[in-house]
Amino acid sequence: MKRMTGVLLGLATALAGCQREERQLRLDPPIADALDRIALMPNGISGAPPDVYFALGKPYEVNAYNLSQGKRLYSWFGCKACHGDGQGGIGPSFLDGWWYYGPEMVSIFASIRDGRPHGMPAYRDKMTTDQIWQLAGYVQAIGSYEGKTAAPSRNDEKQTRPAENRAPAKLLFDEGPIPVHADQGPTP
Amino acid sequence: MIRAIGKTCMRAMLAALLADCSGWQSALDAHGPSAVSLKQLIIVIVVVCSLVWMLVMTTMIVALLRRREVRPATPSPHRMTVAVTGAVVATVLIIGTFTVISFLATHALGVAGQDDLTIRVRGLQWWWGFEYIGPNPSDRFETANEIHIPVGRNVRLKLEGLDVIHSFWVPSLAGKQDLVPGRSNELTIRADNPGVYRGQCAEFCGMQHAHMALLVIAQSQDDFDRWSNAQRQAARQPAEEELAAGLQTFLAKPCAGCHTIRGTAATGKTGPDLTHVGSRRTIAAGLFETTRGSLAAWIADPQTIKPGNNMPMVPLTPDELRTVSAYLASLK
Amino acid sequence: MSRPATTPGTRDIELQRTGLTSALAETWKTPSGLWGALATVDHKIIGRRYILTAFVFLALGGVLAALMRIQLALPEARLIGPDRYNQIFTMHGANMMFLFAVPVMEAVAVYFVPLMVGTRNIAFPRLNAFSYWIYLAGGAMLWIAFALDMGPDVGWFAYVPLSGPQYGAGKRADIWAQMITFTEISALAVAVELVVTIFKQRAPGMTLNRIPVFVWAILVTSFLVIMAMPAIVVASTSLILDRLVGTHFYNPAEGGDVLLWQHLFWFFGHPEVYIIFLPAAGMVSTLIEPFARRPAFGYLALVMALIATGILAFGLWVHHMFVAGLPRLGDSFFTASSMAIAMPAGIQVFCWLATLWDGTPDFKTPLLFIIGFIVTFVIGGLTGVMVASVPFDTQVHDTYFVVAHFHYVLIGGAVFPLLGAIHYWFPKLTGRMMSERLGQWSFWLIFAGFNATFFPMHILGLQGMPRRIYTYQPDLPWHGLNLFVSLSAIVLAAGFLLFFINAIRSARSGEVATDNPWNAPTLEWATTSPPPSYNFAMIPVVGGLQPLWENRDALSVADGLRTDRRELLVTTLAEAEPQAREASPQHSIWPLWAAIATTIMLIWSIFSPWAVVWGAIPVAITLIGWFWPKGTPEDES
Repeated sequence: MKRMTGVLLGLATALAGCQREERQLRLDPPIADALDRIALMPNGISGAPPDVYFALGKPYEVNAYNLSQGKRLYSWFGCKACHGDGQGGIGPSFLDGWWYYGPEMVSIFASIRDGRPHGMPAYRDKMTTDQIWQLAGYVQAIGSYEGKTAAPSRNDEKQTRPAENRAPAKLLFDEGPIPVHADQGPTP
Repeated sequence: MIRAIGKTCMRAMLAALLADCSGWQSALDAHGPSAVSLKQLIIVIVVVCSLVWMLVMTTMIVALLRRREVRPATPSPHRMTVAVTGAVVATVLIIGTFTVISFLATHALGVAGQDDLTIRVRGLQWWWGFEYIGPNPSDRFETANEIHIPVGRNVRLKLEGLDVIHSFWVPSLAGKQDLVPGRSNELTIRADNPGVYRGQCAEFCGMQHAHMALLVIAQSQDDFDRWSNAQRQAARQPAEEELAAGLQTFLAKPCAGCHTIRGTAATGKTGPDLTHVGSRRTIAAGLFETTRGSLAAWIADPQTIKPGNNMPMVPLTPDELRTVSAYLASLK
Repeated sequence: MSRPATTPGTRDIELQRTGLTSALAETWKTPSGLWGALATVDHKIIGRRYILTAFVFLALGGVLAALMRIQLALPEARLIGPDRYNQIFTMHGANMMFLFAVPVMEAVAVYFVPLMVGTRNIAFPRLNAFSYWIYLAGGAMLWIAFALDMGPDVGWFAYVPLSGPQYGAGKRADIWAQMITFTEISALAVAVELVVTIFKQRAPGMTLNRIPVFVWAILVTSFLVIMAMPAIVVASTSLILDRLVGTHFYNPAEGGDVLLWQHLFWFFGHPEVYIIFLPAAGMVSTLIEPFARRPAFGYLALVMALIATGILAFGLWVHHMFVAGLPRLGDSFFTASSMAIAMPAGIQVFCWLATLWDGTPDFKTPLLFIIGFIVTFVIGGLTGVMVASVPFDTQVHDTYFVVAHFHYVLIGGAVFPLLGAIHYWFPKLTGRMMSERLGQWSFWLIFAGFNATFFPMHILGLQGMPRRIYTYQPDLPWHGLNLFVSLSAIVLAAGFLLFFINAIRSARSGEVATDNPWNAPTLEWATTSPPPSYNFAMIPVVGGLQPLWENRDALSVADGLRTDRRELLVTTLAEAEPQAREASPQHSIWPLWAAIATTIMLIWSIFSPWAVVWGAIPVAITLIGWFWPKGTPEDES
């Protein structure tokens, strides 16, 4: 009995490793199509991802390859112009603990795909569904409080903040004496 | 069945052996001064080394098979010592000679002067970006995966690694040189005969290292001037309906986000420049001959053809695919 | 500690032969059962285990090679995709270099060096046990990762930036880097033990100029290991730091340097291949004596050549970087030094040829492998001289020409002598002879298959085929030769399969061997096959280079060692005069615990830097247990 538990535990950790390291190079078109059909709440904040998202095992949140592709897309599609390295600029920061539309993957996906008021462009016609999900996963990873094992590490460029796998949100989040956003509630 | 396989591969191998002096990515098919002097060095060293090996083998075979008289109690060391010492001295001389001729050949791999044709080579996963640099800024133009050079002139390549280490290698023209991020390396090539020379990335650079080829096309000076003038032009406006529709699709879909077509609104910088993609002999870094069909196949499913490369699979309707591939094939 | 078999203080001279052997057997035995297997410190048991494990890794690496050849047999084959293929060739290289080639040479040394120098056990026996467990853990980690699609895919040399934090997604490159740490700890431990054994535990009378050439080779190799391994530990550790913690060792944008990796790696990487080759050269010098039936020609030249190779090996590393863009003048210096190292190798070849010339060859399987070695290693060495030349290298670097070259020197130069040595030493290891018929068959299959597989690769390289490609285009003229190579690989695989079959069958039911079936001259043949746990009933005294040929009937022995506790004789470094009686440790389970604690710490540190802090605690505990004083009085006389 003890041996079985040990073996199962080992298998479980091993398979968890599997999920992190798997490289999905080509998303089947029907699946890509299905992934586009998110169910967004009427106010545009949060909602439900399509079933296939869970069937795939939430690949854009726990898969190292997808997250590193998301990081590549972040610089390739000019996100730095407004969001900087995640610390914001013209656009909001991902590292201050405040998500205008919530930190769920669906919301971030919708923000990138459809754009948001006050200047966030829609990338529906500039990126494929798979790419938008990868980017959304990466953006969520920037603002994550736990340094996930799958999170990407630093790029080979000038460094302005710790890399995502070191949970920069936790390191950098400092509300200060006056809350950054007046309408922000108690600190999470 | 086995005999048939055996015969086929014997034939193929013989053909390969006999044909080994020609082949369009071959160090033994030299068409430039660098490659020629390298080939001569290779032949000299290989011949000498083969003779040395045969000598050693003969000695060994004789040593093993020779008849021995009733042997004395102790072997005679003196004669043997002389023989061994002689062999050592001969080795020193051969190696010394090789070192000297190598050093002299290294000098032949010189670098071109400042006023020669300069091309900036950018190595990316998994394609080649080329920028022709001229004295005037308006002379500059970009292309990808294929360069044309004038016969008989030195061409200076400034090698820039932009992501990982790649290596520029066109064996028929010159030895290879790495593109190392953070370093600026240079390579000089020169073609003495017109022709098409294939090269390939020669430093493991990730998933599609195997499919990162390039073409160097050497032409007469006139042809080259004609080609570069054509390359400098922006893409021609599509007159036909199908091509115009193709351009619209290109701009509306993610294509324009990564690719540039000069003269249109497509100014993406992360993928290869497509302004004159139709004029290139191959697409996807040497993967297919450029035809409308291969362009369509590539656009329809790049991840099956070149798995892991950075071009996503963009969902297109059949009409869109048809028009886009027609448009791109027309960009000569 | 077990009750001594004889009254405390009994010396070996006081007992008659049967009493002596039974007393020694009781004192030196390893307990039976699982506990004994896990706690043993007997160098023979550990050495045999090491050899077996290394050959298992050889077989696994061979399977990977077969997969690669199947994929490359046809252009644009769809058998193995690029991701899997990149993992396969990385695993093939890393497995063969780190888990097979170096460990198997060390393993043979661990088994045979104490026997050849005439001592009872290797120095630091518990460290020996520890090094095996660490090696096994590192190999298991790498292969389990590969099975989980987490195998490294960056090449066995893991160049940055491809293996760096930006382009090496996931933990694959970290698995590689940590596997390095495991195997380097293991190799360093064995190297230290071997140096001490060879320097201080030789039989009385075995002066420096009576040390067998194989032992000299191992001595030089061990120094190479000690001086080269730290470079790669630095490299792999700094790579993990870059990837895990965000340091900038290899980040040009922040002052790091991409080529730093190459320098560090190849400063280790070049001596690494000599770490693999020198023991094999020593094996050839050893095997050639009984099979040419005369002492090896030119003892001094052979030893000096080994030492010269070892020293020169540190001055060659830039020849792996000839196209990286370093200044040409510096590159040319390394051409000169890389060609110069052909000198000592050539001297050894000439001495071996001289031995064969004046000897009477006995064409048994070991001699066949030596002949095969000379044929192939000379080709490999000559192509090495070719690639040593900078201009030549600019055409063949990173092509199949180099693949051919290093397989010629590694298989021809290291594996052939190894296989010959296994045939030769098999009776000593197992007490049974390997089948001569199967041995000859396996030799010819391996020899023919090897040359047919790898010689065409020289041509492929010159025809422009780069390395590390998972497929190639049909319009290139390579498919004929590639198909031929892939088919020849079947012959090579068949040869190796036959070798494994021969070994396994012979171990079970081969002809029982006498003490010295080959009539060989060195000390390991002066005891039974296999040796008893105490190696020699009494420590032999040596008067020449070929002790068993000079004293055909009986060897002089040294007496005075105790039989009630584990003792061995320590002698002076140069003259091997007896100096002290040294206590040798009993079996102990602490090396296994320490290895487990170290494994946990190292694997955990792939995922979190805090592992180094928290994981050090169990390591410290196990080390304390290991070194806790046992309270046995040391004899001062």
